[in-house]
Amino acid sequence: MAERSAFSVRTIPGFSAIAIFCFVAIYAPILILVTFSFNAGTSLAVWEGFSFKWYVAAAHNEQVQSAALRSLMLAFVAAAISTVAATMAALATTRTRHFPGRTMIYAMINQPLMIPEIVTAVALLIVFAWVKVVTNHTSMIYLIAAHTAFCIPFAYLPIRARLETMDDSLEKAAADLYASRWHVFSRVTLPLMMPGIIAGLMLAFVISMDDVVITEFVKSAGQDTLPTYMLGQLRRVVTPEVNAISTVVVFAGAVLVSIFFWVSSNRR
Amino acid sequence: MEAQAQVPVSDADPTPPADTSDPAAEIAIDARRISKVYRGEDEVRALDNVSVTIARNEFFTLLGPSGCGKTTLLRVIAGFEPPTAGTLWLNGKDITRLPPNRRPVNTVFQSYALFPHMSVANNIRFGLEMLGKPKKQIDEIVDEMLNLVQMQAMKSRRTSEISGGQQQRVALARALAPEPEVLLLDEPLSALDLKLRKEMQIELKRLQHETGITFVFVTHDQEEALTMSDRIAVMSAGRILQIGSPQEIYQRPAERFVANFIGESNFLDATLSGNAVTFRTGGTYEVERPADVEDGAVSVLLRPEHAILSSDPSALPATVETVVYSGEATSIHTRLDSGEALKVRVPNAPHSGGLPEQGAPVRIGFAPGALTVLKD
Repeated sequence: MAERSAFSVRTIPGFSAIAIFCFVAIYAPILILVTFSFNAGTSLAVWEGFSFKWYVAAAHNEQVQSAALRSLMLAFVAAAISTVAATMAALATTRTRHFPGRTMIYAMINQPLMIPEIVTAVALLIVFAWVKVVTNHTSMIYLIAAHTAFCIPFAYLPIRARLETMDDSLEKAAADLYASRWHVFSRVTLPLMMPGIIAGLMLAFVISMDDVVITEFVKSAGQDTLPTYMLGQLRRVVTPEVNAISTVVVFAGAVLVSIFFWVSSNRR
Repeated sequence: MEAQAQVPVSDADPTPPADTSDPAAEIAIDARRISKVYRGEDEVRALDNVSVTIARNEFFTLLGPSGCGKTTLLRVIAGFEPPTAGTLWLNGKDITRLPPNRRPVNTVFQSYALFPHMSVANNIRFGLEMLGKPKKQIDEIVDEMLNLVQMQAMKSRRTSEISGGQQQRVALARALAPEPEVLLLDEPLSALDLKLRKEMQIELKRLQHETGITFVFVTHDQEEALTMSDRIAVMSAGRILQIGSPQEIYQRPAERFVANFIGESNFLDATLSGNAVTFRTGGTYEVERPADVEDGAVSVLLRPEHAILSSDPSALPATVETVVYSGEATSIHTRLDSGEALKVRVPNAPHSGGLPEQGAPVRIGFAPGALTVLKD
């Protein structure tokens, strides 16, 4: 694509220095966090020898276990539902004839990205508090609903991007070759948009796993997720156990993203 | 509109194709007064009252510059674009409202539109599977198609792993496999280099001959159209200007646009009176008088290769301006005494010499019948 100009950002003075600084700024704190998760002592600042004890402690902590399980379940359900909704939304905003208000709908799907999370959290707190009083129902359904809602725009973006770059003559070719509308979708459109759907699913999963603010406001008693549990711990005693949990989460995320890149590059 | 007993050619074509004893049975496609209007900020009339009939087994070409409506007409036939007005008949059945997947018509797309997530063989299978053919029969047809386009060795490759020319062959095989009544080809050779394009032109003619399927071919390349077609429809601004065999289109263009678009042309101003024209530089010549042109000022077409350098005193006097050698022929650009430019194309003989030099006075003659009177 760069055939028109020979401009390269690498020729800008200080390019390498700036790039290195940015990487250090991003990864150095995480590296320190990971390092101290192996600390034998209880301090987050003084190294007292190598040990796996905080990993063992975290793994045996029942509160961590239940919070982790809850987080995974919540992220899985919310990501799945929001990806299905986002897929339908992406099809409706790219594979239909232009209708009045289509751009408006597109903007409305993305708007939650722009609304400060705390505003959504307060709004949900008020509405759900009212619903809880009326129905006397306090299950995970509120967290699932909230997470699904804020995950939709994140799942929507990669799916829509994929659909927009897809050659629509492929779908025409399928219809031309006697495929019904369902077969055009199931045999051509869906397989081709799969990398976008997987990207959307993973993005939604990670966003849900990561959420603190909305979860903190919406959860009922005993519904801590991993992030809200960690936040609660930090308010009391800080031990490298938090580091250990964080390290596992970071590692799991890295594995997930690597799998995605591996899968999507193999598909080409 | 009634369906029966249509003349097999449109009004624009004075000569029907040869030996049509039972005209109705020989017609594959019959487009009647088709219009396509895109409404938007400004209305675009992509097709303006187009009528055309395409005979079964014919290699029919829609030729015209970009934006002339040829691709729109192809899409209407494929079923991708519903016409704003008019009806479309295939083998005597009205298919105007039929969706693309229910028309026995297949398309070779300009971009090929091969399914990137399927192998070569699975691309060819697709249409057959959608038709619900038994697996054994599908395997046989796929095999046959792979042989037909000489892609047997590549059958398990991904479509992204084969060259442009090979993709072209797969796209053809995929569209031919379900044995459509009509094959539509949307500028399928435009992405290939010249040598490959020439090969594919011959290949397409062969495939059309072997399969006996009606081909409707869209191109903006006049040479391609002349080489490959049984009949050509020349289009401009959403209309069909002329339909005819390559010879008719080239030798007897109906309009100046057609003459200009196809081949090289000289246009001379003249006055028509009865069966003769008089040029501005003098000289009166007998012509075949078209029916719909009135006496008075007209344009006369003289193809450069139909003009000759002559010593006949009655030939048109001119002065040589440039001589351009191009291998098999030499083009002599001259200017008549009236100030009009006239190009003469002389084939090069093994020991050709004696061509006039720049500035030399010459006389330009032509064989009887070389002049065509055009309506402007």
